[in-house]
Amino acid sequence: MADTLAKRAISEPHGPKPKRIISTRNIILYGFLIVAALYWLLPLYVMIVTSLKGLPEIRMGNVFSPPMEVTFAPWVKAWDSACTGLYCEGLKVGFWNSVKILIPSVLISIVIASVNGYALSFWRFKGSEIFFTILLFGAFIPYQVMLYPLVIILRELHLFSSLGGVVLIHTIFGMPILTLLFRNYFASVPEELFKAARVDGAGFWRIFLQIMLPMSLPIFVVAIILQVTGIWNDFLFGIIYAGTHNFPMTVQLNNIVNSTQGVKEYNVNMAATLLTGLLPLIVYFVSGKLFVRGIAAGAVKG
Amino acid sequence: MTSVAIADLSLSFGPIEVLKSLNLEVEEGEFVVLLGPSGCGKSTLLNCIAGLLDVTAGQIFIDGENVTWEEPKDRGIGMVFQSYALYPQMSVEKNLSFGLRVAGLPKNEIKKRVDRAAEILQIEPLLKRKPGALSGGQRQRVAIGRALVRDVNVFLFDEPLSNLDAKLRTDLRVELKRLHQRLGNTMIYVTHDQIEALTLADRIAIMKDGLIQQLDSPTEIYNNPYNRFVAGFIGSPGMNFLHGTLTSEAGQWVFNSSGLRVPLSDYGFTNTPQEGQAVELGLRPEHIIVGDASAAQPVIMEVDTELVEPMGADTVLWTNVAGHALTIRTDSESIVKTGDKLNIGFNTSRASLFSENGERV
Repeated sequence: MADTLAKRAISEPHGPKPKRIISTRNIILYGFLIVAALYWLLPLYVMIVTSLKGLPEIRMGNVFSPPMEVTFAPWVKAWDSACTGLYCEGLKVGFWNSVKILIPSVLISIVIASVNGYALSFWRFKGSEIFFTILLFGAFIPYQVMLYPLVIILRELHLFSSLGGVVLIHTIFGMPILTLLFRNYFASVPEELFKAARVDGAGFWRIFLQIMLPMSLPIFVVAIILQVTGIWNDFLFGIIYAGTHNFPMTVQLNNIVNSTQGVKEYNVNMAATLLTGLLPLIVYFVSGKLFVRGIAAGAVKG
Repeated sequence: MTSVAIADLSLSFGPIEVLKSLNLEVEEGEFVVLLGPSGCGKSTLLNCIAGLLDVTAGQIFIDGENVTWEEPKDRGIGMVFQSYALYPQMSVEKNLSFGLRVAGLPKNEIKKRVDRAAEILQIEPLLKRKPGALSGGQRQRVAIGRALVRDVNVFLFDEPLSNLDAKLRTDLRVELKRLHQRLGNTMIYVTHDQIEALTLADRIAIMKDGLIQQLDSPTEIYNNPYNRFVAGFIGSPGMNFLHGTLTSEAGQWVFNSSGLRVPLSDYGFTNTPQEGQAVELGLRPEHIIVGDASAAQPVIMEVDTELVEPMGADTVLWTNVAGHALTIRTDSESIVKTGDKLNIGFNTSRASLFSENGERV
């Protein structure tokens, strides 16, 4: 009996199952992935290449060819002296405006939304579910409907065309999605943990700050990424509520690219666009893994 | 002295009544187990005592003080949860001392209490570790420690052993009993595991549908269940129930069920029955005697063995009597095979009779 078994084992399958590297499945899979990657990377490649060329070289029309003479002049011009409407001070003004809008908006909206989410998960009050539904509903109302009423509200508050006004708008519009994010994350925290903290005598703020906050780093990272990229990329609120002196980078980029006077400086336009997109790009590269982990943690349980 | 008293406690979630005007008194130093199927309100009751749920009506007294409206921390309780509920980012030491730090106790007092709890529960080597680096049993010990350091008179346990594996559960059960003997605190313990309840409790409160069905010592609950629910809930394998009627023959009550005749001269009636009353006769599997010894019993019959379940310490036999399935617990040394004819006998003095509405007769 043992003899026959031992003999059969040699010719028949034994040990780990061999894996074929070149199989139809792998060819299709990797083929598709490579094509998709090229499709998405090609525009970026063209932009970088163009931004490093001089105008005469661009006029020759070889869009895909690498620059024969690398020049950083378009980048310098885009940053420092390109004309955005009336002023010719480049994108740097817009960059600092965007930073000034970004930092308070991100901080305030996340602080408020995290407390909201925590309260809605653990300190349910009469009507808290309805409150949450109404808040969520806000995420589905088209912005266009609210633009003009908000102009009036900001005017009455003397915040129209100011940094404070646009920060307020970003904070309000970030609320529904961020609250949902935090509420769902805290809903996945075992309720017994909250009960234990209450038996230990901790109150609303102490439980939030000492128990919940240290546990919720991933979801904070997600919220920061969402808000940073969202607010940085915003064009609509910036152009309406910020006022000429506070135009964010996106608005100024538009002014550079769409200016109708003189020659179209493709290299400067490309450099300006890349400069504007740099921050979200860096954010995604640095935090890719954390982002996915946090999204998964916040989204699973409703 | 009464340690915890609950008076006419009701709790409703919207239209659902979870607790219905419930009353319970727990003596100081007593170990009371709340036992029942899931959804009976036992955990809800515990949460009410802890102050984690607002009651709809009624009062709660702890150590003579009305704490119905008090915050959990002001009730003089410590609580242990099923999922341990340790603060994941704090070390064991910080977990133990969290409540004391919240209360603003002086540092040396905190250290004294933490060290004492760690010594009692033998978790001193773990103090610097995070909960993530502990096993289930160690985590539950820390959770018990967190209740211990609060230096309170009443401990509440919400199914503390349910997340542990069988071996660990048995070990910790014994430890809990030792802990109770050493500390002498009042303990209220929620479980759905009847072995835990029977082994740990001074008194068991069997709950169903938001009401306490019976509050008694484990032996009383086991041997003299008040009603059909308690009788069926406690015991594994469960009590056998035979449907039939009661008739009076020559001044003696007799239980009749499709050809089976059981004289009840030894049975201690709680209420006087009526002629022809429909009843259920309850017999525990171990109170049915098999083999030669059965000859001495008042009721004797012969049955076929349908199924044999060896369980190690004893063996459970499945048979059929008068159309009712009947389980019998025997010594594991008696060798019985499926299909064997068996002589069985039972003594009605240890049986239970229930009326149609489930009450003991």
